[in-house]
Formats: sequence, structure tokens, C-alpha cells
Amino acid sequence: MPFMPVKFNSQKRVKLAQGLWLIYWLSVIVGIFIFSLGIFFKIELRKRSEMMDNNESHLVPNLLILVGLLACGINAFGGKVCHDSLDPVKFAKWKPMLKPYLMMCCGFNGLLLLTGLLCFLMQFAVYLTLAEGLKNSIKFYKDTDTPGRCFMKRTLDMTQIEFRCCGNNNFRDWFEVQWISNRYLDMSNDLVKDRVLSNVEQKYLMDSVPFSCCNPGSPRPCIQHHLTNNSAHYDYDHRIEELNIWTRGCREALFSYFSSMMSSIGILVLGTIILESADMAGLKYLTTALETMEDPENPECESEGWLLEKGVKETFGDLLTKMKTLGKGNQVDEGGDAQEAAT
Amino acid sequence: MVVMKMKFPFQKRVQLAKGLWLLSLSATVAGALTFSLGCILKTELLRRAEVMDNSNIHVVPNTLMIVGLASLGINYFASKICQDALDAGQFPRWKNFLKPYFAISSFFTVLMLLAVIMSFAMTGSLEFSLKVGLRNGIRFYKDTDTPGRCFQKQNIDYLQMAFECCGNNDFRDWFEVQWISNRYLDFNSKEVKDRIKSNVDGRYLVDGVPFSCCNPTSPRPCIQYQLTNNTAHYNYDYQTEELNIYLRGCREALVNYYMGLMNTIGTAVLSVFLLQGSVLVSLRFLQTSMEAVAGQENTEIETEGYLLEKGVKETVMEFVDPLMKFLLFTNKVEEAGAILV
Repeated sequence: MPFMPVKFNSQKRVKLAQGLWLIYWLSVIVGIFIFSLGIFFKIELRKRSEMMDNNESHLVPNLLILVGLLACGINAFGGKVCHDSLDPVKFAKWKPMLKPYLMMCCGFNGLLLLTGLLCFLMQFAVYLTLAEGLKNSIKFYKDTDTPGRCFMKRTLDMTQIEFRCCGNNNFRDWFEVQWISNRYLDMSNDLVKDRVLSNVEQKYLMDSVPFSCCNPGSPRPCIQHHLTNNSAHYDYDHRIEELNIWTRGCREALFSYFSSMMSSIGILVLGTIILESADMAGLKYLTTALETMEDPENPECESEGWLLEKGVKETFGDLLTKMKTLGKGNQVDEGGDAQEAAT
Repeated sequence: MVVMKMKFPFQKRVQLAKGLWLLSLSATVAGALTFSLGCILKTELLRRAEVMDNSNIHVVPNTLMIVGLASLGINYFASKICQDALDAGQFPRWKNFLKPYFAISSFFTVLMLLAVIMSFAMTGSLEFSLKVGLRNGIRFYKDTDTPGRCFQKQNIDYLQMAFECCGNNDFRDWFEVQWISNRYLDFNSKEVKDRIKSNVDGRYLVDGVPFSCCNPTSPRPCIQYQLTNNTAHYNYDYQTEELNIYLRGCREALVNYYMGLMNTIGTAVLSVFLLQGSVLVSLRFLQTSMEAVAGQENTEIETEGYLLEKGVKETVMEFVDPLMKFLLFTNKVEEAGAILV
């Protein structure tokens, strides 16, 4: 009892082949799109790698690139088979490859599912890497003379300007680190000496933020220094002032950027699974319809196409018994070898 | 005196028609490209429209868009004509259409060239417009409570950060205006009162710049205020300090950006102009060689094709004379005067 049989006459077969050919080429374009999205994601991770402590995981973009390339290859092959399917001579040479091809498509769908799930799950890893990386970035902001960290200041400033954020959780992170290098502090000055001695680690801490935290939308010129001191500025109350500097933290800003990117890529990949399944179903119908033609010489005859030769349960049962016989086959061989070795 | 006579045997005519069809197809694509380049330029100019005083420069993208659309029409007809050219029965129906068609097409093709020339010639106008616009922007920077100027501060800040520039000519433009609003100045403070009294207009002038002038690549935290006072900051010499704030003026930065954009677009449009010109020349040759075939029994004879029947001067006079007669009525007035006398 075939699973989901459909009757095909010559017209229907031709239409199926043409429609399937179009869908396969659409899938190739989708594969190219996934490939380019993988490259885009990789470039974005590289651009922000300083914010992530240079140890971010490139697993997802690499997988996307691989999946994109595989999708192009598999679907181009499928398109070629469809194109040749209506010519019995050409189709005959593709026939033996069809079963392993369909198995490979199943495996590819599994890989797509894995990639889609990873797109959603790896967001947690990105969040944790960002938290750690931003903390270090703020710590190393002042080290513009240390090799390997010279550009941390510039990168962090540009990130804060571009993503409209300040600090890790919020702007108060800047109050806890010394972000002015000692080279620019007059250590003979009493004020400086007081501040440095006022804390255990001898850091020059201030209630100030760098200029990149400033919000251009503020109606007044930016107040960077003495942020918590209302009397240092005219008509200023730090508890109600909202527009002066960015109040959002960079971890949240960067995470929402990456998370929206990864979520949309994940949804696209899951949509590609549906497209690939449609491709496989169409190809199965086409090949079975061509195989069951009663009179191979007469192209106008009717035929039947199906998804599975027997029902779903029976097909699975067959698969299981096949795998068991494979296992048993090995045992019998071993038994035979042992007997031969004994005698 | 015929301009550029060429012999066209039947095969050559067929090849010309086929080649022209392909050429007109690519010229259509080129025309669409011109239109989109015009749109891109216009969008870029509109983005920074707040710092431009006048919109004279918009003539360039507007012309490009018009020419792009016109070339779509021109090339559509060119492809239709060359498809009919191979059929001697169909070709005569285009006879009356071709003269005005060539006039209009030449006009639009020359307009394309004019657009490219204009984009180079209008640099001065663009620079002047930016000079006035930026000066006003800097003057109204503090007026965040005046309707119509609320967003001037935000625009100038984002402009300075995006183009890595400061002020109009350079950062010293900020020293000459009061860019801190009176709402945030404590008029009871002695320092504020002294500063305001120190100049004729009663403005609060500082040797400081807004935060958007700060250069992120500077190794030290940004020094915004007391820029010319070396003693106010440790280890600071304003005459040798280069990385602290952006030294370039925004007018120069914007002019460079727009000239770069217009140079690229100009180069592309020049090649489109050459392509369009070649389409028109080939069509003219095809038309003149097919006209000689009309009425003949054997359509495969060899004919002559030319660009202009008479010389250049005479052809121009042919077009201009009826126009002049219509506009000036000189002949009619003279005749009436002669009859009366």
C-alpha cells in the first residue's frame, strides 16, 4: 500500500518536472543567500571581536557557510536531474544515484535543523562573551601605549557612539575603573594625589565618563565630569537628567543587535528546511512516476507516483530489520572466523 | 555635401540592425542605471540638506533622473525601429516619426553631457551653499528651544562625528559663537559675568568645542575646554597636539565627499553618453540606408547611408529657421510695411 499515491499522466509529469526545476533553482538562490549571510555574520563577529575578548565562537557562521555551499551543490544536482528526467536516455544514467541522493538530502535536512537550533542557542554564549569582553575593554581603555591594546580606546569609543550606549551594564561602570592613563595625570598635584590615595588599589577614580557616552540629542552641551555632583553644574539634577548621556549599557545594546541577527538567520534556516522537504517530496514523486510507467516506449502512458512504497510503519520496520541484519551479518562472520581459527 | 557616407550591402544592413538591437538593450539598462544614480545623488544631498543654504546643486541629480527616464523611451523606440528595419514593408511607417525622434534624442543625449559638465562646474556653488549653511548651523547650535531650530544641535553633532570634522573652516569657528545656551549659564557666577562683559555683543564665548569634535583615536581622554591654555591640562601643548580633536573643517569634508560621489557618477554617465550616442548614430545610418531601399522591387540591393544629408551648418539652419520665423514674424512685418508704402 504506497504512502500518498498520486496518478500522473504525461501532462502532469511534464508540469511536475518543470515546476520542480524552478523550485530547485530557487533553492540554489536561497543557498547562496545563506552563504552570504554566514559571511556577513562572520565579518560582524570579527569587527566586534575586541569587545568579546577575542575568544568568540565562530561555530555558527562557519556552519552557515558550509550549509550554504552544500545547499547550492545539492539543489543544482537536483535541478539537473529534473531537467534530464523527461528524456529517458539521460534519466537512465541518473537512476542509480537517486536513492543515495535522497538519503543525503535527509541528512542535509538534519544538518539544517541543527544549524537553525544553534542559531538560537548560541545567543547565550554570545551574551556571556560580551559581558566578559566589555568588562575587560573598559579596564584596558586607558592602555593606549600597551602593544595589543593600543586600539581598545578607539574601538570602545566608536562602539559607544555607534550603538548609543555607555559602559557595560550602564554608565556607572566607568566610575569603578581608572580610564585616564597615568601619563596624563599630574602626580605632583594635590588633588590627584588625594584621589589616588582615597582607594585601596591606588586608582584615579572619578565620577566621569568618556566623551563617547554623550548623547547628541541632549539640549545642553554634554556634561561628562562630576556627573553625580549637582552643584558642579547650573540647573542640573543627575537623578532626573535622562538625555545627557546614553543610559543603556553596551552589553544590552550589542546583544540585542546580535540576537536579532541570529534569530532572523535561524528563522530563514528553518524555512529552508521546509523548502528542501518540498524539493525531496517532488523529486520522489517524479522519479516514482517515471519508474512505474507500464510501457516505457510510450511516453503518453499513465503512471503512479508515491512518497513511500509501503506505509510509514512498514518502511520504518524494514529499515530497522535491515540495520539488524547488518549487525547480525557481522556476528555470523565473526563466529565463522572464530571457528576457522579454532580448527 | 553629405556627412560620413558609407556603403551598406544587404548583409551589412542586417548585421547593423541586429547589432543595434543589442546595443539599444544595453543602452536601456544604462538609462535605468543613470536614473538610479540620479536618485542616489539626490538622496545623499537631501540627507545633509540642513547644512546647505540653497538647493542649486539639485539641478544635477534632477537632470540625471530626467535623462535616465528619457533614455528608456529613446531606446525602446530604437529597438522597435531596428526590429522593423529588416522587413522592408514595415519600415516606411516610421518615416514621419524619425525626424522629431532624432531631434528629441539628440537633445536628451546632449543634456546628459551637460549634466556631467555641470557636476564639475557647480563645485563653487556647492561650497558657497555649505559655507553659509554650516555658519548658520554653528550659530543656531544653542537654540534647542527655538521652534524650527531644535534639531540643529543634533544634526551638527552627528555631522561632525560622521565626517570626522569640526566647525566650518576649522575648530576655531566654535570660539567665535556662543554655543552654550543661556538657560545653562549661571548669571550669578562671577566667571560668567566677566566673560559676557568681555565682548561687545554680550556673548558667552569660550575657547572650547562641543564633544562631537573629539577624535576617538586620540591616546588621551578628550580635551574639549580651554583648548588654547596649555597650563590648564597636564602635558598638553595645543600647537603640537594633532589627535585630540578633528582638525579638518566640515565644509572641506563635505565638499570632498560630494565631489568624490559626483566624480564617480560623472564617469559612469559619460560612458552611458557614449553608448547612447553610438545607438543614435547607428540608427541614423540604418534609417538612411533603408530609405534608399523603399519603393525598390529588390530589397537586397546595396544602398548608401549617411549621417547628415547636407553639411552640419545647413542642417542646423534647417531646424532653427522655422523656429526663428515663428518667433520673430520679421518677414510678415516687412511685407506689410512694403505694401503700405
